[in-house]
Amino acid sequence: METVEQIRERLLARFPAAHVTLVTNPGAAAEHSLLLDAAHAHDLALFLRDDPAQRLDYCSNATGVDWPDKEITDVVKTTVPDPAGGPPKIVEQKTTHVQPGCLEVVYHLYSMALKHGPVIIRLRTANRSDQVALPSLTPVWRSCDFQEREIFDLYGIVFERHPDLRRLLMWDEFKDHPMRKDYVEPDDYEWEPTAHGAVLERAKAHLPPPPTPPAKEAKP
Amino acid sequence: MSCSDFSGLDAELSAFTNMGGPTVRAVKDQFHGDLLEVSMGPQHPSTHGVFRMVATLDGEQLVKLKPVFGYLHRNHEKIAENTTYLGSMPYTDRLDYLCSMSTNWAYALAVEKLSGQAVPDRAQYLRIIMAELTRLVNHSCLVGFLFNDLGTSFTPLLYAFREREKILDLFESISGSRMMCNYQRFGGCRVDPSPEWLETARKLVENFPRFLDEYERMLTGNEIMLARTQGIGRLDPVHAVNAGITGPVLRAGGVDYDVRKVDGYGFYSRFDFRVPLGSHGDCYDRYMMRILEMRESVKILNQAFRDLPAGPIMDPKAKTRGFRPKAGEAYGRIESPKGELGFYLISDGSPNPYRYRVRPPSLINLTLLEEMCLGHTIADAVVILGSIDIVLGEVDR
Repeated sequence: METVEQIRERLLARFPAAHVTLVTNPGAAAEHSLLLDAAHAHDLALFLRDDPAQRLDYCSNATGVDWPDKEITDVVKTTVPDPAGGPPKIVEQKTTHVQPGCLEVVYHLYSMALKHGPVIIRLRTANRSDQVALPSLTPVWRSCDFQEREIFDLYGIVFERHPDLRRLLMWDEFKDHPMRKDYVEPDDYEWEPTAHGAVLERAKAHLPPPPTPPAKEAKP
Repeated sequence: MSCSDFSGLDAELSAFTNMGGPTVRAVKDQFHGDLLEVSMGPQHPSTHGVFRMVATLDGEQLVKLKPVFGYLHRNHEKIAENTTYLGSMPYTDRLDYLCSMSTNWAYALAVEKLSGQAVPDRAQYLRIIMAELTRLVNHSCLVGFLFNDLGTSFTPLLYAFREREKILDLFESISGSRMMCNYQRFGGCRVDPSPEWLETARKLVENFPRFLDEYERMLTGNEIMLARTQGIGRLDPVHAVNAGITGPVLRAGGVDYDVRKVDGYGFYSRFDFRVPLGSHGDCYDRYMMRILEMRESVKILNQAFRDLPAGPIMDPKAKTRGFRPKAGEAYGRIESPKGELGFYLISDGSPNPYRYRVRPPSLINLTLLEEMCLGHTIADAVVILGSIDIVLGEVDR
């Protein structure tokens, strides 16, 4: 089986306009993946499915991942000479910048014909709020049908050209996307004042304010 | 009329969905009455749990069938992301509650792949023993439930339960629980079986083919069974592969794909067994796949009992406390009795998984349920659903 780098080179040779980025996996599994650009994802996926060297006819797993905005602190160290002639001081300057988040879909592809795999491909949305559309790969692999519906349901990624994009697990009237990292569950449960710390703390919000103690009468 | 809603899509897809498969006649003409929509489930005994099928009928013939999920949804993945790696091991039992031993293994396999954890030889053999015993439990019960759906009302199922009881007793004596075993650990197994346990298990497996012969004598040539399952719910291999169908349902159509053979995970590559293949892809072949796989499982178990090495059951380097795998990701998959069960994990170096995903074979095997059922009657749809073998704990997660 070809390595991910070789697949990437062949994809770029076939589709020169496409952007294919290698995403390395630093873990012990070391299964690297290919990040495809959304505009060409459908063509690239079709190529991977039908290419005689790969024949990735089986999409095993499709799943969403949420990457929220991340605040990154950069530390810049500058050396300031001491005017009094002593050893120079090192001054740390901290700047923070926000790395924009995205929603990601990961597909694990195998070949049943040639019995190899996995080739992992990823797609990323532009942001997490208004540009969350990605091309659906259900026209290429039918096995993504329910899985993309589930991702749409739980992560809120809109799959364009999916034939039947409805919520899969939550009910249709449900508004939010529960698998997102910043999801806050609705606070409409019937509270129970139990002795458990976290529940008790949250239940306090529902309790009436404690009665103010009557002012003590001044002793004569 | 095409059998699916995919007609507005690409040329290649519509070519794909129109390849063979049942086509259903146009229904709105002077000879046919109105369509009838029947909501079957979620509280229906033949849906094996809380599963709902919205079926549209023209007379007795199904012209549309939409599965509805989510009645047992508890967002298992979110709960697992909020607990430690080991903390969700007992919860994986509740996914496929008939096969907790193999679900445990799939999760342990994914975490071991994520952290680069080695597993000692004895534990590998014990895992295979437990997984194959689970396969015996699942397949024998599935056949019983399939006959329930065919209308035999519990007689074959009770034969299967008699054998299942013996295996569950074994599970109970080794893990403390009959169904929620929680037996595998990252880097090994939890309890070492005693020689008496192994002897009991060996005898059970030795006698299992007799049960299978008895079962088959009663069921395989049964006239009603043949009439109700042959040619029903056909699935052609090209569709099945594209739709990600795995397990016995796929192999009934003749596609030779078994993760035990392809990946050779655990020590399966050391074992001598065959992968049974069907040729028609109908309900009868799916039934036969289960029977033949049980016979192969007995072969695997006999080899495992013969070759079981002595030694530790946990890797000494395995961490039970403060387990924090390095940042990275891993996808581990096994051949569970239902099909390919996978766990996809992303670690960010913290004690909880950043992303925890279950690839549920039961859910994905339902992708082509509509295509299998169209043109048949509701009674056949029940049999087709029974032959796919779903567990709602895993479908809805």
